[in-house]
Amino acid sequence: MTDPLTPVLTANWGEERAWQLSNYERRGGYDGLRSALQMDPAEVVTLVKDSGLRGRGGAGFPTGMKWGFIPQDNPKPKYLVVNADESEPGTCKDIPLMMASPHTLVEGVIISAYAIRAHHAFIYVRGEVLHVVRRLQQAVREAYSAGYAGQDILGSGYHLEIIVHAGAGAYICGEETALLDSLEGRRGQPRLRPPFPAVAGLYACPTVINNVESIASVPSIIANGDDWFSSMGTEKSKGMTIYSLSGHVTNPGQFEAPLGITLRQLLDLAGGIREGHQLKFWTPGGSSTPMLTDAHLDVPLDYEAVAGVKSMLGTKALQCFDETTSIVRTVLRWTEFYKHESCGKCTPCREGTWWLVQILKRMEAGRGEQGDIEKLLDLCDNILGRSFCALGDGATSPITSAIQYFRDEFEAAMHTPAWELFPYERSTIFVREPAGAGA
Amino acid sequence: MTVIANQQSEAAVEKREDLITLTIDDVEVSVPKGTLVIRAAELIGVEVPRFCDHPLLDPVGACRQCLVEVPDGGTGRPIPKPQASCTLEVAPGMKIKTQLTSPVADKAQRGNMEFLLINHPLDCPICDKGGECPLQNQAMSHGYAESRFTDEKRTYPKPINISANVLLDRERCVLCARCTRFSEQIAGDPFIALIERGALQQVGIYEKEPLESYFSGNTIQICPVGALTSAAYRFRSRPFDLISTPSIAEHDACGSAIRVDHRRGKVMRRLAGDDPAVNEEWITDKDRFAHRYGDGEDRLTRPLVRDGNVLRPASWPEAIDVAVRGLKAAGSSVGVLTGGRLTLEDAYGYSKFARAVLGTNNIDFRARQHSAEEADFLAHAVAGTEQNVSFADLENASAVLLVCLEPEEEAGMIFLRLRKAFRKKQLATWTLAPYASSGTRKMGAQLIACVPGEEASVLDQLNTGDDSTDDRIAEIGFDAKSVILVGERAAGLSGTLSACLRLAERTGARLAWVPRRAGDRGAVEAGCLPNLLPGGRPVSDAAARVDTQTTWGVESLPWLEGRDADEILIAAADVELEALVVAGVDPNDFVDPQGVLEGLEAIGFMVSLETRASMVTERADVVFPVSLMHERAGTFMNWEGRRRHFDIVLEQPNEMSDLRVLAALADGLGTDLGFRTASQARAELDELGTWEGLRSEAPDYPAGEPAEPDGSSVLLATWRMALDESRALDGEPYLQATARAAEARMSPGTAAAAGIAGVAVISNDRGSMTLPAVIDSEMNDGVVWLPSRTPRLGIPQHLATSAGDLVTLGSADELAVSDDMEASE
Repeated sequence: MTDPLTPVLTANWGEERAWQLSNYERRGGYDGLRSALQMDPAEVVTLVKDSGLRGRGGAGFPTGMKWGFIPQDNPKPKYLVVNADESEPGTCKDIPLMMASPHTLVEGVIISAYAIRAHHAFIYVRGEVLHVVRRLQQAVREAYSAGYAGQDILGSGYHLEIIVHAGAGAYICGEETALLDSLEGRRGQPRLRPPFPAVAGLYACPTVINNVESIASVPSIIANGDDWFSSMGTEKSKGMTIYSLSGHVTNPGQFEAPLGITLRQLLDLAGGIREGHQLKFWTPGGSSTPMLTDAHLDVPLDYEAVAGVKSMLGTKALQCFDETTSIVRTVLRWTEFYKHESCGKCTPCREGTWWLVQILKRMEAGRGEQGDIEKLLDLCDNILGRSFCALGDGATSPITSAIQYFRDEFEAAMHTPAWELFPYERSTIFVREPAGAGA
Repeated sequence: MTVIANQQSEAAVEKREDLITLTIDDVEVSVPKGTLVIRAAELIGVEVPRFCDHPLLDPVGACRQCLVEVPDGGTGRPIPKPQASCTLEVAPGMKIKTQLTSPVADKAQRGNMEFLLINHPLDCPICDKGGECPLQNQAMSHGYAESRFTDEKRTYPKPINISANVLLDRERCVLCARCTRFSEQIAGDPFIALIERGALQQVGIYEKEPLESYFSGNTIQICPVGALTSAAYRFRSRPFDLISTPSIAEHDACGSAIRVDHRRGKVMRRLAGDDPAVNEEWITDKDRFAHRYGDGEDRLTRPLVRDGNVLRPASWPEAIDVAVRGLKAAGSSVGVLTGGRLTLEDAYGYSKFARAVLGTNNIDFRARQHSAEEADFLAHAVAGTEQNVSFADLENASAVLLVCLEPEEEAGMIFLRLRKAFRKKQLATWTLAPYASSGTRKMGAQLIACVPGEEASVLDQLNTGDDSTDDRIAEIGFDAKSVILVGERAAGLSGTLSACLRLAERTGARLAWVPRRAGDRGAVEAGCLPNLLPGGRPVSDAAARVDTQTTWGVESLPWLEGRDADEILIAAADVELEALVVAGVDPNDFVDPQGVLEGLEAIGFMVSLETRASMVTERADVVFPVSLMHERAGTFMNWEGRRRHFDIVLEQPNEMSDLRVLAALADGLGTDLGFRTASQARAELDELGTWEGLRSEAPDYPAGEPAEPDGSSVLLATWRMALDESRALDGEPYLQATARAAEARMSPGTAAAAGIAGVAVISNDRGSMTLPAVIDSEMNDGVVWLPSRTPRLGIPQHLATSAGDLVTLGSADELAVSDDMEASE
């Protein structure tokens, strides 16, 4: 079997000081920008459209088409906003990318902004990852000094300001309209749509919001062509992407492969599930995507095939859990996350997550009550599709899918604590040192 | 519940060609483009439950209670998820299924209601809102009878003050954001906001920026649960024990519709009424909370008659007898001061009483600074014009110019309407004022900065086509859809009212006069002026007098114009008049209260009709206690000239209205007044009608020049604040606590010239006042602005001077305690 990996975005991650401009340039960095600036902006849009690049943030919306929505006859300024608020549980691709090779993103930002005729681009980075923020800021500074950003970029007459903005650590700000509110200095809460950001986004101006990985893929498409890009992947899911394997995996990490690879292949690359254990369940794209089981090991990981098994490709955050893991405990932890991160704007998500956590806590302690499973399912039904944004929908995915596949564990939660059924130390990977030890 | 769309009536008269037809619950309905589905459903009688939705607030879609199923979004395809009908605009061919026809919508709504209730306490039996609560009602109509929630509710310490007036019980809040949206969008006072997140999200305040708003009480009323309660009303009564009566607010000239709720003979609270043409669904805090001023110990309950140095209680017949004897002795050497707080009918009663019974034109309602120019202006441009400019005209105006008027302080509903027009229609408003007040900013108004006394000359330069002389003078795009609003303060600045008339003439803009008090406009109409008979009839016009005589059935009326209020009081002090009849007058409302008291003391005989003991009643020879606002019926004519009729809220069989007292006095004086109730008086006034003959001429006073400051003197600018030392606020400590702090506002140059670091001393030969200084870089040099009537810091009492006069500005090291200031009088 040939090596299924196709390192493009991750190709330079292992190199010495890959984040520095000189090292990035040595590998042909910013050649894509030079080519793009020779093209008409509309040609760049067409090229990206033709490549079949779809949004890597989870929803999979065609990137070129999104750019095409920007009304070019609108006299207001246009903005490019990069969603670097990577917070989905299990997701770990944008942050390592920005850490290892920030210039891949910065080059993508400049090309993409040029394509939509924007003169201001914002990179909204999750606030907790201060080291990434610093590295990005440094990369942007380098790009300015090298003439890739600022006035008259590479003598083309095109000018662009790039602003790196640190969020304050709220999952909701990964929702694009909440991100815009946060970027404008307000509380991050999702906005009413319409108007859509393409028409009235940041400061009520036409705005494109793209995921880091989507934008970072653009330079390679410009440099290698749309045919090169679309030669990878499956019929409707083109190109390569970063899969993040985590959990009970022997060698967790980021694996860049064409869309359509299976978890079985990826696990082979990652050395399989940890020694002596078997896969029990996994998420295809973070906790907001309904979980799958070992029955789905051969599902091609592209947008269509994962949807075909009633889940979503999402962020390709493949969290793998082995047979030592309590499903009730896992679902409770995720649900606590959603409760903590619910912005509070709409009733179903705000109150629903508050309630779900209480039921699951009882169940974890073996104090589930008759009817709790039905209650959980019904509450999820009352949240899914009823909340203001997708956060509420995401909160229901782990619960409904867990009950679908592991109902017996929820039934056991009527009488036995999860820690008795699944002693927690057995599923622990990283043993925390006792406080004070080794200090 | 404040849910029924009052915008439909407006929408209904708009053009009909852009109607969109959709189907709701299998009923076809056509509505204007842009209508929200929830509003369209109301039109076919379907009430979709809702909390965050409010027709006058921007949609937010937060509570998710109004979810409906959309089998066809107008595209031929269904929208997969249930949609919030409060944010969904209609589309042609759209199909909507509400809870009535869709099990999906019904379950979504019931599920959402269940969520709302899990963290809501079951304290309805002790909650102010219980019995009139949208959450309670809709939980009954659209919720499950039993809750499945057996776990722990979120709790908070209760309650917290978000202002002195408004208390917040956080655990009751359903986070609909009505209050925060009201404060931000309608009032422009965004001092409350949602903070924290998830189920711990809550309405919060910023400690350094308190909720400083004259409209905060509206948040209590639109709160769909009992989360916001009124400090004054909390735990006072249950809604189902209250008897509600529609009425009209008496604290400004806007004529806001209110609802007065009483129980066991006592007014418990007042709420905003719903009148799209006037106050929409909002009222000022003063109109809402200030209603206990008649409950104090100073309420007059029995007639009083002077016995040497003391006023002793007397029977009604005795008091009337004494009053009749005194007035009979005075003949027509009488002055009548009516104040600006009377109803149209009462004012008409005094107007007729003065002319037909006493035989004098010495009558004036203007218990404040006034001028002959103003009397001429009122006779020419205001009296008998009925409805001239309306609130809707303001909203749809092409431009509005404010002259000597601070709507936020002096006419709250004009402020809200101008702010609405600014937000929704980008109305351009200009204000001719010494500085840009907070209200000016909230209305998006542009300041034409002028010093007091300069108003008329600036007005005379506006829209002359020559704007080269002064860079402040913008060419305002005035046309027939533009409005000039001039406040009553213009009377004190010579030439200003004339200049307004000249500007209106020059540009075609319409002009409206905005007084401060509820009874002012009606008093003009009723002829409580020395130069005017009722209906705008000039005293000096023989035909107008004959017209009036005929209706009144009297042989003659005094034909010389009478004395105005200042002249009446001077004449009283000089013992040129023998008697006074005084109603609802507070000497502190005049420029020089001391001078007023001198007149009241020197007069030989004074009859006072009052509700509460006052500086006037103390000096009267006979005092008649008359009914409080809620004990009487009548009409206020608001600044628009709109008649705002109200009925008795509390029947008090023993109370006497002004009209009954006047009728009894008239009987004793041998003349029949012709009416003794408000409805009779109104019928006669209607019969008299407005004057259709020649109007009196427009005043054409030349523009006055501002006084020249020299040395340490500066020009005084001032106006009254919405909440100040008004006696109407008595008994309302919470409301009083929301009054703005006193300040002396001046430019950096003025402060530097006077050496002021933090505290300013404003003085003249009458006295001095010490206030904290506020530096305003937009102000002209040589001007100091102070609020007129801050409690214990009233300009009339301390300086006895008015806007445009010179005062001396100095500095002080620290604020003197108020007792010292009293001593400086």
